[in-house]
Amino acid sequence: MVSRDLVIVGGGPAGMAAAVSAYENGVKDILVLERDQYLGGILNQCVHTGFGLEYFKEILTGPEYAERFIEKVTRVPEIEVSLKSFVVHLAKDKTLTYIKPGKLETVRPKALIMATGCREKTREMVHIPGTRPAGIFSAGLAQKLINIEGLLPGKEVVIVGSGDIGLIMARRFTLEGAKVNAVVEIQKQSRGLLRNVVQCLEDFEIPLYFSHKIAKIYGKDRVEMVDIVKVDEQFNEVAGSQFRIACDTILVSVGLIPENELIEMAGVELDKNTNSPVSDEVNETSIPGIFVCGNSFKVYDLVDSVTKDSVIAGRIAAEYLRSLK
Amino acid sequence: MIKKITCIECPKGCSLAVDIENCKVVSVTGNECPKGEKHAKAEVENPMRILTTAVLAEGLAVKMVPARTDKPIPKSLLMEAMEAVKRIRVERPLGVGEVIAKDLLGTGADLVSTRRVEKTS
Ligand code: SF4
Repeated sequence: MVSRDLVIVGGGPAGMAAAVSAYENGVKDILVLERDQYLGGILNQCVHTGFGLEYFKEILTGPEYAERFIEKVTRVPEIEVSLKSFVVHLAKDKTLTYIKPGKLETVRPKALIMATGCREKTREMVHIPGTRPAGIFSAGLAQKLINIEGLLPGKEVVIVGSGDIGLIMARRFTLEGAKVNAVVEIQKQSRGLLRNVVQCLEDFEIPLYFSHKIAKIYGKDRVEMVDIVKVDEQFNEVAGSQFRIACDTILVSVGLIPENELIEMAGVELDKNTNSPVSDEVNETSIPGIFVCGNSFKVYDLVDSVTKDSVIAGRIAAEYLRSLK
Repeated sequence: MIKKITCIECPKGCSLAVDIENCKVVSVTGNECPKGEKHAKAEVENPMRILTTAVLAEGLAVKMVPARTDKPIPKSLLMEAMEAVKRIRVERPLGVGEVIAKDLLGTGADLVSTRRVEKTS
């Protein structure tokens, strides 16, 4: 089995920042495992601006923010990047098993940083009654289809939840010629940033319904319409407030959860509510030598905060490696 | 007349109170930094936005090339600009910031690539 000083799982903003930071703090044998065919993670599909104002003091798009780190990572020969490498197993002793096209590999690092990011909550987690037709997407999946694959997944859209990705996608669908008929938010205020409510909804006169929820989804093969209903303070439906909106597509944007199944497999203790690792110190876990950073540690609003957090993770992993000698 | 607007220049999203007389901004309050005042003026007199989108690629390693205007364009031209964007095809490798289309709709803004794009390997 191959042995390494440091393995980092994930080549998105967190993994790249952690790799550069670990290198700058003296680690000279680093392997980054990325499941996609390029570095950058979710930033590649975030073609809008809003990144980097804190960290670079510039307004950047997602791909531009990623490029700054891709450049750094690829310039350092001590950081090896393995693309199309999907980790399938993590053991307690940090042995990782991953698949690459045509190969199954194992590697045992002395220190491990998990930078696996987060995933979107789904329709199943918010319980929307009705049929189960085609046309229901998480907002991030729709973003990938439009910005990476060049496919427009629908023409008349209703968005459930006012998370930032949902707001950004309302504008994106509109710019691509689709019609966004409503954004429906059960809370009294937006979950996303106010600036996104302004520049993504108000700019295009897209209606936003606070204290409303989808009562029912209709459609046999494809989504046909939804019933929307007002809710009171206790989130109970207000009788007589129901109305119907036609649509062929529903986007769900109701928040993100850290993706931590691999460390759970290794026996790291996770908080059942947040899915974050239980730890006394930032980035540490209940297993010494396994660190977690970025959105898999805790879901951040801004990528700039992910970078800061991951820079710390790179440094403490370097300190841990020094303490072993 | 006092108009309430939300500043979109940074994630803080300050709530600005803009005093407007004859379509001109007289004073701005609620901004936490000078950018807020500039934004309020532009928003009332001529709102501008950076357009971000993705352009179809042909014969390259990716299907779509992410792109932006290198400076803000009038908000009222966003949809028209998208019509122009949809007719564009990127056929050669590009670096970040390289021009895809010059002077979009005569706005003076160029559409530039936001990602390094290579040939199909
Ligand atoms: S006024 Fe300044 S601090 Fe407030 S949102 Fe605008 S740019 Fe940000």
